[in-house]
Amino acid sequence: MGKTELKVAAIENGTVIDHIPADRVFTVVDILGLQKLDNTITIGFNLKSKKSEKKGLIKISDHYFTDLEIARLACVAPNISISLIRNYEIVDKHTVSLPDQVVDTVKCSNPKCITNHEPMATRFITVDKVAGTLRCAYCNREISVDEIIFK
Amino acid sequence: MSLTNNSLVTLEDLSKEKILQLLENAAKFEACPNRKILDGKIVATLFFEPSTRTRLSFETAANRLGARVIGFSDAATTSSTKGETLKDTIMMVSNYSDLIIMRHYLEGAARYASEISPIPIINAGDGANQHPSQTMLDLYSMQKTQGKLDNLDIYLVGDLKYGRTVHSMLTAMRFFNPTFHFIAPKELAMPDVYKQYCRDNGIKFIEHTEFNKDIIAGADILYMTRVQRERFSNLDEYERVKDAYILHNDMLEGSKPNLRILHPLPRVNEISQDVDENPKAYYFQQAKNGLYVRQALICNALNINVD
Ligand SMILES: [Zn+2]
Repeated sequence: MGKTELKVAAIENGTVIDHIPADRVFTVVDILGLQKLDNTITIGFNLKSKKSEKKGLIKISDHYFTDLEIARLACVAPNISISLIRNYEIVDKHTVSLPDQVVDTVKCSNPKCITNHEPMATRFITVDKVAGTLRCAYCNREISVDEIIFK
Repeated sequence: MSLTNNSLVTLEDLSKEKILQLLENAAKFEACPNRKILDGKIVATLFFEPSTRTRLSFETAANRLGARVIGFSDAATTSSTKGETLKDTIMMVSNYSDLIIMRHYLEGAARYASEISPIPIINAGDGANQHPSQTMLDLYSMQKTQGKLDNLDIYLVGDLKYGRTVHSMLTAMRFFNPTFHFIAPKELAMPDVYKQYCRDNGIKFIEHTEFNKDIIAGADILYMTRVQRERFSNLDEYERVKDAYILHNDMLEGSKPNLRILHPLPRVNEISQDVDENPKAYYFQQAKNGLYVRQALICNALNINVD
């Protein structure tokens, strides 16, 4: 059993978010609103992954996230993994990835885009799932994960 | 969501076969422009942003087909200034008409309209985004003057950074194995995203910053665009290059006999007046071709066969 897995096993119930790119740990904290939670939260930085790249890891005790929260996470940190822990056991583990289309989650960064002027849903086509590049289905503006603003 | 989607939002949505069929139909209208095949139809032209040139061309096309035309051409008189949404305007107009031709200052407006409208939409320009009828008339003009669309050497000159017509030309020409030459000042060079598009689609291109007789000697098509002062962040740079991208008649000595000069119009000074008399100048006929192309686009949107 690897050391990371030992740390994972160390919470009794809750969620473990792993393989967060090192520079996105705070973004993930923001998106999930972790600073507002009273739960025990452990944040790991600059951990060595198996591919020996630096990564971040967050453990949140006694808390599970909604599908919408996970979808938002996928937009800024594609390819992270989420483990659900119950009674020290991993009951579910999956890698989140960007869907082919991201509907009504992200705001278009183009001020002249119709989506910023009409009461309508935004829609983005995923151009690059790994890098996390999205293209607005309306104005064709491409936005990268660094530029994402949520609706 | 509309089921009748014969809307034309962007040329990217059209297959090669569809593009060729539309060009063929445009040629039929050039041979015989007055055909009352839209008798009893009502076409609405909604110009949320004024563009007299494009509106007159579309309205003439509809009239020559025998349709009646309703609409507005001045944003100040439209309901959008009273806070009505685009959706509500489209739904209201679709009660009265069979087809909506719209121009809007917001990007993506035509795509959105096509998703909510029960009748087809033709995009007559949405902000800096798309203007498919302009590109279709460019294609028609190239095919007509060169006798083909395949394997052309197309030289794009001037503002290649902001010019939407040059960007959509790259997309539309991807089926026809062109070689592009991009001639522009550094500040207005073809953006990387479009160069990458060319690489991804096997479109050959060569970049130049010089614009002279020798550079253009191999051109089949010389596509001129305006170099506008307001596009420059550095006005010294503008002063330095503003006269460097003007086409003069003497630059056409030694050009290929089949060369034709195109320009989306309106022109300011980027083609000097002495070029107008040269038989290789084609920009006025090019604008006229817009009429036949728009007749073809209107019939296509309404599912009307042209024989
Ligand atoms: Zn947009």
